[in-house]
Amino acid sequence: MKRLNRDAITALLLLIFCGVLFRTTFDIREVPFSEMGSEVWPRFILIALSILSVIYLFRSVTQPQPVTQAFSWARWFKTYQNALICFAMFLVFLLALPYLGMLIAGILFVFITQSIIGGYAPKQLLFHAIVSVLAVGGMWSIFTFALRVVLPAGDLFR
Amino acid sequence: MIENLFNAFDAVFALNNLMLMALGVLAGLVAGSIPGFTITMAVVLALPFTFGMSPIEGLSTMLGVYVGGLTGGMFASILIGVPGTPSSIATTFDGFPMARKGRPGLALGLGLWASFFGGLISAVVLVFLAPTLAAIGLEFGPWDYFMLVCFALTIAASLSEGALIKGLIAGVFGLLVASVGEDQINGAARFTFGFESLGAGFAFLPVLIGLFAFSQLLNDMSNTEDAKKPMIAGHHSAVKMEHRQSITLIFLNWITLLRSSAIGLFIGLLPAAGSSISNILAYDQTKKASKTPEDFGQGTPPGLIASESSNNATAGGALIMMMALGIPGDAVTAVMLGALTIHNIAPSPTFISTQPVLAYGIMVAYFLANFMTLIMTSGALRIFLLVTRVPLYILGVVILLYCAIGVFTLNNTSFDIWTLLVFGIIGFAMVKNGFPLTPMVLGVVLGPLAELNLSRSLSTSDDLTLFFMRPWALFFIVMALFSVFFPLYQSATKAGKRWAQFYGVGFMVCAAVPLMMMEGSFRTGLGVVLLVLAAWLTINKLRRPQLQNP
Repeated sequence: MKRLNRDAITALLLLIFCGVLFRTTFDIREVPFSEMGSEVWPRFILIALSILSVIYLFRSVTQPQPVTQAFSWARWFKTYQNALICFAMFLVFLLALPYLGMLIAGILFVFITQSIIGGYAPKQLLFHAIVSVLAVGGMWSIFTFALRVVLPAGDLFR
Repeated sequence: MIENLFNAFDAVFALNNLMLMALGVLAGLVAGSIPGFTITMAVVLALPFTFGMSPIEGLSTMLGVYVGGLTGGMFASILIGVPGTPSSIATTFDGFPMARKGRPGLALGLGLWASFFGGLISAVVLVFLAPTLAAIGLEFGPWDYFMLVCFALTIAASLSEGALIKGLIAGVFGLLVASVGEDQINGAARFTFGFESLGAGFAFLPVLIGLFAFSQLLNDMSNTEDAKKPMIAGHHSAVKMEHRQSITLIFLNWITLLRSSAIGLFIGLLPAAGSSISNILAYDQTKKASKTPEDFGQGTPPGLIASESSNNATAGGALIMMMALGIPGDAVTAVMLGALTIHNIAPSPTFISTQPVLAYGIMVAYFLANFMTLIMTSGALRIFLLVTRVPLYILGVVILLYCAIGVFTLNNTSFDIWTLLVFGIIGFAMVKNGFPLTPMVLGVVLGPLAELNLSRSLSTSDDLTLFFMRPWALFFIVMALFSVFFPLYQSATKAGKRWAQFYGVGFMVCAAVPLMMMEGSFRTGLGVVLLVLAAWLTINKLRRPQLQNP
């Protein structure tokens, strides 16, 4: 198991992914009188991807990248802290979008995310609030009034 | 041609279009100047604003962002020694030392005028070469087109530094993403897993923004401490550019300008190879050709001219490929290709003849964008100095939301924002694991084209040997194979392996075969010349048994 490095795990996951998708190609509807069935192209891609994944697996096992530090979840979270915050907040924003609408959900997303990453001293909170209202409000106005795009209004405000 | 050019002038010089272009150039100059923000990201973010515009307005605006971004990258490179974009990495080598020696005005002036002339040279070539290449493209059958797409993917992967397999996986994964949803030919649903929203497949824009902008922003903000600091520390006052001396120096170094522009154009012509490669290659060639190579890295004008002229010239080459063959020359033209498809226009060899006003409009807009960049650079420099005082996380989070608003406007559906998030995570994970994104985007863009041509080939004939026996198909196979083995050749050259000396010769011989199979005396003659050249080089190399390291 010593040789099962990050690349090898990625390659194995890719192979499993290819296997699952290849299985689903048998569920694709057959089209009569078609020269090339709808399943041919995806299968062709999946075979190519599988072959490449096998090569990738082989290389990752025979020529592993030197490991400088042992893996630790604490360091991983610290390294990707900002990215994880952004992904999580964006997910919350997406879930709130149907209820709060683009303007309010957007302002809240920008304000809260900036405050979590940048800090929440009173002066910073004020700065983040001004930035979020001006930046999101400005862009919302451009799309709504200038480009005539109907952005989600939110169920709570209907 | 003249009539089409006049009509294109009419469309491009409309007041509305000029204002949009100016905005695009300004946005490109500022976005390109911010370290970590790539030109592709800037163009991708500009895309949603173009939905409501006519195709010519939309493409002119994006061209403005593109050309502005190519020049804007030099601000940070010259003033703080950090490349604004990957296309201005080599600009730092001599631009920054020149600025530190007390000549920032000259460095910026040289960068600006070299960019301008490089762009202008490639614009002239664009006008003349694109229609010629499109005429050649008309000879392509579906077999040739399919192989061209394969070549585009392999070269994109081979240019992913030290990650050929990962690049190929990324490219094929892109093809897989493009195959989700109902297929174009039979209309059967694929990989939808019962989700109705997936029936139409993933929209190109959310995938692109997710991969490029979303993941790039999160990568930039990864470092908690750096994200809180202003993007550029210290105080930089506005610098006055030394225009007259810069122009004189560029004319004195006209060979460097021409050579670097030619390198930029050539790299632009290669599918998926962009200005991030051309600027370093041009710098390296200029250094090798110089009588005083020891001056490079100390703030010598030719180094700066080489980098900036080549990166701007790349745009012209990339546009030639996009307009003539419908194959993106780099990541930015891949976005433009997507923009064209949003407007129901499919670039192909018939693009210039069926959409002459739009095609020539792109050429005119590219010319104009270079002039606009020249005029607006001084103003943008002041904005750059202001913007870079803002901490990265402030700007990053706001842009994340702009991405969401932008993709929503495409189809007015929240599903596209979910797509954005998913591909943002995929892109972020890919970059962190060393997978390049450009081959994947190319796979997404070219996937439908590849499938369509494969289907057409099989419908036209059962003979599979046509994929290997038709001259153009064989030519692209040769190109694809040699591009796949290119990284191996590079490492063999470094290791001093003897076979590496014959790689170029081998390529000439293999490329000569399909050329001699083609119709017309010019191509046959070219094939014969390549064979003779290969024989002469082989004899020369065999006569020198001692290995020479490059």
